[in-house]
Formats: sequence, structure tokens, C-alpha cells
Amino acid sequence: MLQIFSSVMDGLLIGLVYGLAAIGLTLIFGVMDVVNLAHGSIIALGMFFLYLFFGAGLHPYLSLVPVAILGFFFGVIVYLIAVKRIISGPPLMSLLSTFSVSMIIIGIGTALWSTSPYNINFKVETYNILGYTVTSARLIAAVAAVLVTFGLYFFLYRTVLGKAVRAVANNREAAELMGIPSQQILAISFGIGTMLAMLSGALIATLFPFTILSGGVYELKSFVASVLGGLGNPTGALLGGIILGLIEGSVAPFIQISWTNVIEFVIFVLILLFFPTGLFGGRK
Amino acid sequence: MSTPILEVRNVTMTFGGLTAVDDVSFNMAEGEILGLIGPNGAGKTTLFNVINGVYKPTRGNVVFRGRDITGLPPYDVVRLGLARTHQIVKPLNEMTVLENVVVGACFGAENLGLEPAQYVAEEVLEFTGLLQMKDELAGKLNIALKKRLEVARALAANPRLLLLDEVLAGLNPSEVAKMLDVIRSIRDRGISILMIEHIMQAIMSLSDRIVVLNFGQKLAEGTPDEVANDPQVIEAYLGDPEMAKRILEEEEA
Amino acid sequence: MKFLKSPFFWIVIAVSLLYAVYPKLGNNITLRETLVLSAIYVILATNLNLMIGYTGYVNFGSIVFFGLGGYLTLWLIGGYGWNLYAAVLFAGVVTSLLTLALGFGILRLRGAYFALATIGVNEAVKDFVSNFDKWGGSEGIFLPFSTYKSMGGAVHALWTVYFLIIGVMALSLLLSWFIKRSKFGLGLFAIREDEDAAIVLGVKAPVYKAIAYSVSAFLPAVAGGLYFFKNGSIVPEEAFNLHLSIESIVMVMLGGQGTVTGPWVGAFLYERLRGLLLTTPSLSNFHLVIAGVLLLLIILFAPGGLMGWLYKRWARVRGVLE
Repeated sequence: MLQIFSSVMDGLLIGLVYGLAAIGLTLIFGVMDVVNLAHGSIIALGMFFLYLFFGAGLHPYLSLVPVAILGFFFGVIVYLIAVKRIISGPPLMSLLSTFSVSMIIIGIGTALWSTSPYNINFKVETYNILGYTVTSARLIAAVAAVLVTFGLYFFLYRTVLGKAVRAVANNREAAELMGIPSQQILAISFGIGTMLAMLSGALIATLFPFTILSGGVYELKSFVASVLGGLGNPTGALLGGIILGLIEGSVAPFIQISWTNVIEFVIFVLILLFFPTGLFGGRK
Repeated sequence: MSTPILEVRNVTMTFGGLTAVDDVSFNMAEGEILGLIGPNGAGKTTLFNVINGVYKPTRGNVVFRGRDITGLPPYDVVRLGLARTHQIVKPLNEMTVLENVVVGACFGAENLGLEPAQYVAEEVLEFTGLLQMKDELAGKLNIALKKRLEVARALAANPRLLLLDEVLAGLNPSEVAKMLDVIRSIRDRGISILMIEHIMQAIMSLSDRIVVLNFGQKLAEGTPDEVANDPQVIEAYLGDPEMAKRILEEEEA
Repeated sequence: MKFLKSPFFWIVIAVSLLYAVYPKLGNNITLRETLVLSAIYVILATNLNLMIGYTGYVNFGSIVFFGLGGYLTLWLIGGYGWNLYAAVLFAGVVTSLLTLALGFGILRLRGAYFALATIGVNEAVKDFVSNFDKWGGSEGIFLPFSTYKSMGGAVHALWTVYFLIIGVMALSLLLSWFIKRSKFGLGLFAIREDEDAAIVLGVKAPVYKAIAYSVSAFLPAVAGGLYFFKNGSIVPEEAFNLHLSIESIVMVMLGGQGTVTGPWVGAFLYERLRGLLLTTPSLSNFHLVIAGVLLLLIILFAPGGLMGWLYKRWARVRGVLE
């Protein structure tokens, strides 16, 4: 019983971090109909940015701030170079252009850091709550993911800029007619999506060892989570991430861990087929 | 009396809570030009979509040449000889004008092979006056030519009944005149035509009979004269002052 | 036999013969291995183009056909002693039929949703096979060396397989060419341009798409069978390598999607480029970066690819090469 409880709790905590990564992906899709295939490599970049700031002596959690800022500007630059020109083209174009960005990031990353594993070594407390053992890193990662999500919602619903983002997501042409500079909003949205992906990567780096290729796994998990929640729906993506975490946690005691991926992808394809707008309704 | 070419029987189409077409019935005789008019949002295009199978009606039936085609997908409907054009033109942009029409001929009522379809397409292009630009990419045409391409593609399917959805909208007067000629010659080929149109003068002069839709319901049906003098129709259009003015002007003229 | 008059037909035959004969004459094994890779790339890209270029559906997980074909072949040969020809044909047919069934489901999805689903299918199959004990799980399947005895020894068997792969390459190109000039192909292009309009014009889109998807699976599955038979082993990571799937898209884009010659040229150039980048020490660290920048430049500035660019300038070339 306790073991199941522990697994479910572990799943919930990591699920929140998956959710944060998925929000980054789903936000970009929601605003501009672009499935960002550079998502995984950006997550990996978040891990290594954290590693760099940590190496420079900054505490891992303090490093999240510069990682976020870097992430935002990195996203804006990627948008301006690789996405802006083909934003109105067929979906193949944006899939491939973001994939080429991914190749470039992974290529440079491999040259700089090879593909061997790195980790962030810092002091981690271990708590025991009614027999459930949890590390401070896991708790903080989950809490940070929740806080960032709240921040995003505050931005989207309580600020003028955030409302403009939602207007552009809803109907780009109408928003332009109302005088909203849609290109700037798209760039900012891509920046925010990228920032969220990097933050999730940085949080994951405080939990597990990582390589420049680690992003791929989380990219696929982000797809699954955002499709579960309905592509384009940030709340859905967070819930999708939690569901994903819970599935991983709750099946872990019963079957070999390697089967969880099969289950996840089968669910993924089935959801796409039978609930293409996700379990909680997608955009529009 | 022979079988009507088209029978629309108590067709209702709802989307969620919204009723776009509400219990509409009418018949069309072979060789007839039937006009379908009504204010914006009256459900005309939705009715077209039900007739050619894009939507399956919530209730009611569509019978084409004595055969119930309700819920048949569009690609089967066109095989039976019922073709249509779109209000918002849908050219196959990266294909040439000729290729667009060959698609219509290949997959239409005759189910032609590529080579015979080529001949049919050239003939239809000649007929619709598009032959000179057969090698242009369809996406490069102007709106008037795109509308004509819509008609040509539908015609290449060799239909018995043609649904024309606002083929005159957005055309200048000389283009309208050309299109009217095309429509008349289509009718002279023995093809029945059901057409949605906003340009009152045109539809009044072309149609044998007219069906008026308002808020999804059939408001009136009859010859152009009968419809134009129907107090209910006038009242419905008075809700749309622009349209009322047009009708009145045309009455005077 | 009208196709006998077409220059394209003879170009395909001539190039394939050249591929087959040239390494054999000099008994050049290294060259043969390079050309195997090149031919496999051509097969993958050309068949993928049936979906991406002809039908307008972006299949990101096309490598699943190749991997499944490989697994089925090695399983039948290793486990049941089938001969190679029967095994690869069976693998091709089974993969095609599975793809047909899958197609009726996932081809209802459009745009990015379809692309994501194809990634999901490939990953699901890879993870399933990694756990599937009958197929050796993550260890995969190994063919014992004695398997090659029935084909006149390993040396002889490898040459035979090489010729077969070249044959499949030629078939892929001819298939692509036939489809492009057929009524079926016209229907696919109509779907690519505007699926709703195509349906209203009479194209049975659900059936056409599923058939195209299924056809695009057949020869890659056969090629997968031959390739992994040649290697003598197969593991999930290599068989269902999503990266190769995406590289195939790069080849299609590089050469020109929707053209017959484009994926061929794109695959050939990509293999050369990749080889050059990997063998030049100063560049090998950056081969991914260079390939990525190249892809980005194509997409941003020449989305029609090489052949698209060429056909725009010299329309007459199009009549010969398609």
C-alpha cells in the first residue's frame, strides 16, 4: 500500500514538471499552429544552461532566473530566424524548420559537451513523511513548476500583453485589425514557450543526470501530455503531464518500467484518433 | 409527370443548439433553373452541403433522380451526376487550370480515364472560355477566372444537376454578363441548375422558379414574379434594408 | 508498352545497372557498402514522397515500415527457416496490410496531428518490440552464419542481396513515376492541394490516402528485410530510428517534394554530404549543424527543393525527368 502511495506521489511530482514542459509546447502551438520540434533540444539546452550557471558558482535554484531570461531571448531569436518566414506556410514547413533548429542545437551541444552524462551536485535533503520518502529536489521542482504555471496564467489573463497573446491565438487577422502587432506577439509567445521548456529542462537537471540528447524523451512526453490535454490548451497540458506522471508512477510497481513507454504511446495515438481535441477540449 | 430530378424532403440540419436548416422541402423538375435566395445566414450554403453530402442532415431526406442519397459522401454523389461549386472558391492552387478540370472529368459521373478526361476537359475549357489559360497555375488566376474554373470543374463531371453557390458574387458587370451566358448555355445542354445568388436582377431573370429561405425555414416558393410580390418575402427582406432597397429598385426597373 | 518510349524509364534502368555492375567489376566491397546506403536512402525518400509530396500528408514515422520489414524477415528466416525471397515478400505484404488498416484510422487526422500520430506509432512499435521476447527484446535478432550457406556462402549471398536492393531502388523510382502519371496520382495531388475540394470533385479521399500510405510502406519494408538480412542482425534502436525517418524528409525536401526525380537526387546528395561531413575530421563534429543549417536554408529560401528550382527555370526538363 505504502509502495503504491509512494509511486503515485512520485508520479504526481514528476508529472508537474512534465506538465511545465508540455505547456511550453502547447502554448506555441496554440498561438501559431506550429509544432515545435526543437522543443526537446531546447529542454536539453535548459539543462546545460543550468549546468553552466551552477558551474559558475550560482545556486541551482537561483540559476533558474538567468536560465529563464536566456530562454526567452533564445526563443525570440529562433522565431525571427527560423519560424517567421514560414509561419503562414503548410505545416510541413514549420515542422521541418524547427527540426532543423533542433539539429543545429544538438550538433553544437554535442561538439561542446559530447554526449556523455552530466549532473548537478548539490545538497539535497531527504524527508520522510509517514513512511514516504521524498527529496527536497523533487518537491521544489514540483512547486517551481506550479509557480511558473501560475505566473503564466497571471500573464495571460491579467496583463495587457498576455491578453494580446490570447487575442492573436484566437484569431490572428482579427487581432491585427484591432491594431495588435501580431509579429511581435508571435515572437514573444515563442520566447515564452521556449522559456518554459528551458525551465522544465533546468528543473529536470536538478533531479536526474542528463546528456545533450536527453531532451528527446521529454519532447515525446510533452507531445503525449499536450495531446492528452488538447493541443493548444495550457491547463490541459499541465493536467496531461500529471496524468502521464501518474500513469508512470502507478504502473511502476506492477510491470517492467520499459513497458510504460508502450502504454504511453498507445494512449497517445488512441487519444489523437478518438479525442483529437484532447480530454479537456483543445483550442477553439 | 416525370420524376423530379431533386426532391428535398423535410431536411433539418442542426449544429449543437443552432438550427441552420429547419424542415425545408421542395422539388425540382428536370431541366429547371431553381433559384435559392434569402438573407445572409438563412442556411442556403448549409442546404447545399446537405444536398451534395458534405453534411448528413439531422432529419429528412435528399432524393436525386428517384434515388435516396441522404448521407452519401460527396464523392459518391458526384458519381451519380450531381456536381457543385463553392461560394469560397477552392482551386487546386499548384495544379494547372487544365489539371483542375481533368480532376473534375476523371472523378465525375463518367469515371473517365486520364486520356478521355483530357479531351472532355479541353472541351469544357473552351466552353467556359478558359482554354487560353489552361497551362496557368490555378492559384494565379484572378477571382473572376477562379469562379469560372469552379464552374468548369463541376461541369467536367458531366452532371445532370449543377449546384452553383454565388458564382456571380465579386464579379464586375461585364464578368457577370459573361457568367450569365455560361449559365444559360449550361441549361441549354439540358443540365438542371440549382443556384444561390444575391444579385437579385440576375436570379430573377434566370430562374424558372425561386425558393426563399429565412432563418433556415422555407418562406416562399414560386415564379420570380410571385416571390417578388409575396408580402412575407418583402417583410423578411425589410429586416435587411440593403436587400429591400435592391428589390424595390429592381421592381421599378 | 508506352513507358518504353519514355527517357525517364531508361534513365532509371541505366543508373540502376551502373549501380549494380560498377562495384562488382572491381569487386569493391567498400564502394558496395556505400552504394547500399545510398540506395536505401533513395528507397526511403522516394516512397516517403508518395505521402509528403503526392498526398500532402507529413509522415514523420516512415521508418517504422523499414524496421517492421526487417524484423518480420529476420524472424521468418531465423525462426522458421524461410528463404529470403519468400520472407521479404511476406514482410512487405504484411507491413503494407497493417499500414492500410492503420491508415484508415490515423489518416483522418490532418496536418500536424497526423505528423504527431506517425511519430507516436513509430515510438510505440519500437518500445513494443524492445519488450517483445519473441523478437529478442532489446537484444534483437541475430542470424546464425549458417543462414548464408543456402545462398552459396556469405560472399555470394551479400552480392545477391546487394543486387536485390538495387532492384528495389529501381522499382521504387518506377512506381513513383507510374503513380505520378496515373489517375490515382492525379487524385492524390488533388487531395494534397485541397482535400475538401477533391472530395467534392469526386476523389474518394479516405480510400486514396489509405492506399497511398499502404503502397508507401511496401518497398521500404522489403528494403528493410534485405538490409537487415545483409547485416545479419537487427535491434530496435536501429530498426525504428526516428532520426533516419526525419533524415528521409530532409532528402525529399532537398531534392524537391512532389517530383519523381527530386527524392532520388536528394537522397544521393544527402548520402554524399553526410559521408563527406563524417569523414572530414574538422567537420565531423559539426555534421549535424551543417545538415541542420542546410535544411533550414532549403525550407526558408527554396521550399521546392533542387528539382523544384530547376523546373521553374527550365520547364522543358520537367517533361523528361518528371
